[in-house]
Amino acid sequence: MNKTKIYKILFYIGMIILIIPPIFVFAWMIMIGLKTGVQNIEYPPLFIFRPTLENFKAVFQQHNFLKYLTNSFIIATFATLISLFIGLPAAYSIARYKQRNLSLGILVARMTPFVSYLLPWYIIFRKLNLIDTFTALITTHLIITLPMIIWLMIAFFEGVPIELEEAALIDGCVRSETFLRIAIPLSKNGIITSAIISFIFSWNQFLFSLILSGPKTRTVPVAVYNFMSYGKIDWAGIGAAATIIVFPVLVFAFFAKNKIVEGLTKGALKG
Amino acid sequence: MKKLKENIINFLDNHMPIVFPAPAMITLFIVVIFPIIYNIYMSFNKWKIGLGSPKFIGLQNYIEAFSDPRFWNGLKVMFFFSSLSLSLEITLGLLIAVYFNKEFKGSNFVQTIYIFPFAATPVAIALIWRIMLNPQIGVLDYFLNLVGLPGSLWISDARTVIISLVLVDVWKWTPMIVLIILAGLKSLPKDPYEAAVIDGANAFHIFSYITVPLIQPVLITALTLRSLDNLKEFDIIYTITQGGPGIASETLYLYSYKTAFSFFNAGYGSTLIIIVFLLVLLFNVAMNKIRYRTEGP
Repeated sequence: MNKTKIYKILFYIGMIILIIPPIFVFAWMIMIGLKTGVQNIEYPPLFIFRPTLENFKAVFQQHNFLKYLTNSFIIATFATLISLFIGLPAAYSIARYKQRNLSLGILVARMTPFVSYLLPWYIIFRKLNLIDTFTALITTHLIITLPMIIWLMIAFFEGVPIELEEAALIDGCVRSETFLRIAIPLSKNGIITSAIISFIFSWNQFLFSLILSGPKTRTVPVAVYNFMSYGKIDWAGIGAAATIIVFPVLVFAFFAKNKIVEGLTKGALKG
Repeated sequence: MKKLKENIINFLDNHMPIVFPAPAMITLFIVVIFPIIYNIYMSFNKWKIGLGSPKFIGLQNYIEAFSDPRFWNGLKVMFFFSSLSLSLEITLGLLIAVYFNKEFKGSNFVQTIYIFPFAATPVAIALIWRIMLNPQIGVLDYFLNLVGLPGSLWISDARTVIISLVLVDVWKWTPMIVLIILAGLKSLPKDPYEAAVIDGANAFHIFSYITVPLIQPVLITALTLRSLDNLKEFDIIYTITQGGPGIASETLYLYSYKTAFSFFNAGYGSTLIIIVFLLVLLFNVAMNKIRYRTEGP
């Protein structure tokens, strides 16, 4: 065997070692969900067992997870759509007119600790009788999705060649048309990317729902957290519920992998 | 009618830098800036939620914070947790990114796997870690025993709890940092590397004298971005330990949440939140200063 071949084998051994930690945790999560309650508290932990789908059934039938999944989906979708609708023009303007003060404002929004939003919003929504409504949750989720979409889209709009827009202006287009007809179609990829990232962050958001949601609008992170507070901790149920709520975002991440990596690095590298 | 449409378009065109950002900025002002102002106001008041109305007490909450041992504990825990996890994430991120920085079969697969921990719901993942870190039935203890090491009490022991939480944070965020640094490495110029190879530099020299200085701005940006969330880490700590055992893993941020929403002490809670906010702001300003020094303005 020659030297390059040995290097190659060593490289792939290293690669396997480096991808085991992420894979293992997800595999273990699924396995916990497939074991019975008794199997889950056995030590040493069982690696080979006869899988059961009972936990998954219970999560949907006894714990009403379909409703929580729907709630999370509604909130994440609306928060993302509203953020796109008002965030795209803002990002475009910031990118084109180099409005550094505004982008600084966006940064402040991203730095502010989430806990600081809870008290004022709780008090206002209670006065307005809006606790446990979609209005309250979608409004607070804008705190996360709007700055994120603007932040990412500034980088994407800066990548649209200004020459194209100038040519359109000379041809008699007005500015708002260049935005709709040139900048938006050319940054289609960026828009999809930031929409996906925004959806994932809204789906995963825990704190706002913990305080502002109730039986009617409970989202999946709170629903899975509540598995711990039923007196006895139901490990098997947690495994199944965690698998169910992580699954949609992983599917998203899987199909949009290249786009997410591009979005994150673009946002990061442009700083 | 046609005139009106023309007028609107003209107005839009002439005032685009104001009209375009306005809806987003007004929304942000309402959802973000107003609560900050509210918290600053409340931090000068004494108010138990549900009991009477806020009473102005000046700086007393701030004075109370500095003589509150739980405040100092929170600061210490925050410092240990953040400095440990951030430095591990950046160091490991850089080393792994350098390792994967070449053409190889399966790079697509590695990228896919590495996006998963970042995308997965923190609360769900934290609950799974809570099971894995259990000293009685946890699989991590089993692995330690398997390689002949004694078990650990992990999150049940005040001495190991922060390290256990750092482990979870490192697991969740290092892969994303790898992907960011990897993209940075791919965009570096090739010439310095070619010159170094001709001069007979070895891999270690190339890493420390070429790669690290060139990639430094990306590292600082990644660190800044990551610190925005890391200093305010809530989901993982709240789900796994709720600050325990005792208050051994209670960060200042978690303490501020408990003060407002478990002890219903709105005034003092707001004060603690403002202090956390100032710390995050300070860290970011410092990081920006460093970035300007390495990149030039």
